[in-house]
Amino acid sequence: MLQILHDVTIDWLGNRVWFIGLSVLLMLAGLASAIVRQATGGQAFNLGVDFKGGTVVTVKFRQRPGDEAIRAALVSKGVRDAVVQPVTDKPDTVLIKVPLEGEGQDGRVKVRGALNAFGTEASPSGDLNSEPNAAYKIIGTDAVGAIAGAQLRNKAIAVTLAALVGILIYIAFRFEWTYGAAAVIAVFHDVLVTLGFFSIFQFEVSLTVIAALLTLVGFSVNDTIVVFDRIRENRKLHRRDSLYKVTNDAINQTLSRTIITSGLVFLSVLAMVLFGGEVLRGFSVALLIGVVFGTYSSVAIASPIMVWWEQRIEAANRQATLTFNQPLKGGVRTPAKAPAKASAKASGRARA
Amino acid sequence: MKKKNVLQRTIIIVIITVVGLYAVIGPHRRWPHFKDFTWSGIKETLATNIHLGLDLQGGSHLVMRVKTEDFLRRLTEEDFVAAQNAAKDAGYEIKGGQAQTSGTYRIVLEPADASKAEEIKQAVQKKVELGDTSIWGYSASGGQMSWTMTQAAQRLLADNATTQALNIIETRINALGITEPTLQTHGAQSAHQILLQMPGVQDPERVKAILQGESRLELVHVLGPPSPSPATTYTSEAEAIQSVGGVVPPNRKVLPYQERIEPTANGATDQTQKPKQWVVVEVPAIIDGSELRNANAVGTQGGRSEDYEINFSLKKSGADKFGAWTGAHINEYMGVVLNGEVRSVAYIKSQIYDQGQITGRFSQKSAEDLALTLRSGALPAPIEYLEERTVGPSLGQDSIRAGVNASLVGLALVVLFMLVYYRGSGVNAVLALLLNMILMLAGLIMFGATLTLPGIAGIILTIGMAVDSNVLIFERIREELRSGKTVPSAVEQGFGHAFITIIDTHVTTIISSLFLFVFGTGPIRGFAVTLVIGLLVNLFSAVYVSRTIFMWVLGRKERVESLSI
Repeated sequence: MLQILHDVTIDWLGNRVWFIGLSVLLMLAGLASAIVRQATGGQAFNLGVDFKGGTVVTVKFRQRPGDEAIRAALVSKGVRDAVVQPVTDKPDTVLIKVPLEGEGQDGRVKVRGALNAFGTEASPSGDLNSEPNAAYKIIGTDAVGAIAGAQLRNKAIAVTLAALVGILIYIAFRFEWTYGAAAVIAVFHDVLVTLGFFSIFQFEVSLTVIAALLTLVGFSVNDTIVVFDRIRENRKLHRRDSLYKVTNDAINQTLSRTIITSGLVFLSVLAMVLFGGEVLRGFSVALLIGVVFGTYSSVAIASPIMVWWEQRIEAANRQATLTFNQPLKGGVRTPAKAPAKASAKASGRARA
Repeated sequence: MKKKNVLQRTIIIVIITVVGLYAVIGPHRRWPHFKDFTWSGIKETLATNIHLGLDLQGGSHLVMRVKTEDFLRRLTEEDFVAAQNAAKDAGYEIKGGQAQTSGTYRIVLEPADASKAEEIKQAVQKKVELGDTSIWGYSASGGQMSWTMTQAAQRLLADNATTQALNIIETRINALGITEPTLQTHGAQSAHQILLQMPGVQDPERVKAILQGESRLELVHVLGPPSPSPATTYTSEAEAIQSVGGVVPPNRKVLPYQERIEPTANGATDQTQKPKQWVVVEVPAIIDGSELRNANAVGTQGGRSEDYEINFSLKKSGADKFGAWTGAHINEYMGVVLNGEVRSVAYIKSQIYDQGQITGRFSQKSAEDLALTLRSGALPAPIEYLEERTVGPSLGQDSIRAGVNASLVGLALVVLFMLVYYRGSGVNAVLALLLNMILMLAGLIMFGATLTLPGIAGIILTIGMAVDSNVLIFERIREELRSGKTVPSAVEQGFGHAFITIIDTHVTTIISSLFLFVFGTGPIRGFAVTLVIGLLVNLFSAVYVSRTIFMWVLGRKERVESLSI
């Protein structure tokens, strides 16, 4: 049978300092980009017309070029994030929505600059019938507000946070609450890193990017749970092994699955980045970054955090047990968990 | 025993597949013809079965204007009446005054004794909010006291009214179940225009009428001798005005009263049914629509089956006010006023707290539409439509084609990999994936969901998790085989272990999607709908169906030495 990997023994947790260092670096870079851009009068994120509002220019053509040709003409003049929407009940008319950029920049002027690639505009007083040489005429310019106003944005954030709390509770119920917290921290990491990329490279953030972020949250949690599930299973099978070893083993055992699944999703999304066209680029790029970091974070962020946290709790419990074993003056009550763990260890030793 | 089990499972799968397939490609509201199952017939039904959103298919483009001048006029008139009443209540005589509402908005009071102006001002401002100098500029001259609305306040109030109208329209659109409209302000800020783009809806005129419905509800005291005398009505407006002494005093209003009128489809009223009458009502109203808690359309008891009325209930604060008032006015007449027209008049039999009806022989549809607009709140000002167009998809036809092609490339890669890497079992996975997609579409169609780009993102995540489920199972089976287990036991163990993981990943995602679905709006909801449907389907296709195929393969031979995986 075809096989990518077998019997891998990589010490993933041993590299946790590098992993977490890299992630912190990436998040700081994103944060720095957002802050510096904001502070120097720029924009932290390149928000599209959905978020910022802009100008709708209504254009009547003598011979309407295809949507793609119009968009290409706009892009060649530096208008990257336009929405080109044909008016179906008037086939010669197109609505071109361009985002607001800076102060005093006129969307109409920009659109006219781009459309001159198709011929000249009819004079303001004339129309296409009276001027046979004109190729198009701008028949309306209207400012439009944001589709996704602050209200929708805040609601989206609140709802997503609520959903993450739901995830936290379910994982805490099925595993331990430290597992849930680690998974949710990993999700935050993925979203922040992705947003960081969007700030650094100034990719346009449109409503479709929000959909991509929701998708990457799903991927990331899915991936983390697969690893955690294996950890849970291994802990039952190998009670003597340390959590450190169990976690490394679980990551190694699920590694071929991780590579296959993430690789397939990565390739599919890459196809969308390459062939999906300009309008879907923000969506597909966000997904691509999300798939890479969603996979990375379950190994490099969620697992080390969970192990570190569990070890701390274990250490605290051991300390409590020690206190209990010494002659007590007060009557300190033992944490419920400690004796169980101690006896599990004892039975392990006995079997050895 | 095992054979029977496989047979039973196969029957269940075949039935679900056939039903799902029919839901996707079969015609719904009629019996299928033979030509429905030709290639072009399938394409045609598919297009009617699957509702595509604004971003994928386009829809209507409506520009409307909020008549903010109406809002400012009503505000000024109401404050004028309130100011006049406040002065009188405080014991000052007011001999005249007016509310100016063209261009400038000004309230003018003429006190009988001009020297008392300052005291009157204090008394009025204690009760009516005219003391806010950022809104009203006060001046007194020539025996007249006047409050003039500042330009800044006019702009601010008009902008607020537009924002409020936008929110109410959004509520109504959501209540109508129109998925993923785009709603934004349009034109210069001072134009107070709203642009609504929504995907193709079945009855656009009804949607327009609902959005336009002002739904200003008031419960008022109708003046006249109490029951058993009939309610006092007048046959003309002049006659009604005459009854209050020729000039309508500030605490009275003359309103038209049309009994049992039924709005026709476009919201206009059929005026032929009964002659219009007029009644005199007390100002201010007992309570208004802002005190409404809920409103529902119900069939009229004892009426014709097509007669509907609207039952409403009031919030606590409104119920207290209403209860106190009705308790003190037993046997007097009360009117339900909708958008400045009296819809029904009835006498108060006993004290009423928080329940009421709007009767008037509504059709079921008009009653339901009215209840919907009442629930969403009254528009601060009427709305007029300026422009209506049909537009193409906002993502652009070319982008959609590119996106579809890219997805097909991605899907082909996945299928190819599964077949090469897992060979025989890969066929199993591809079948499960195909079934997943068919059933997911069937689910979307049955729930009447509208497919948009965020919805497609949900589908992508579903497909990713569907492939993952199979990879998890197959990798686990391989692992069990490597550890030396026999084929049937490796399959058994592989499914058993992977199943726990699959349940955990799926339940986690379904829980979070339910949050997104219940509390989210627009794109977030669209994403959640497809994801929840897709994942529920996947538990069936990736686990149940896949398992059955393995059972079938393994059950064909007595002893299985090897497995194509």
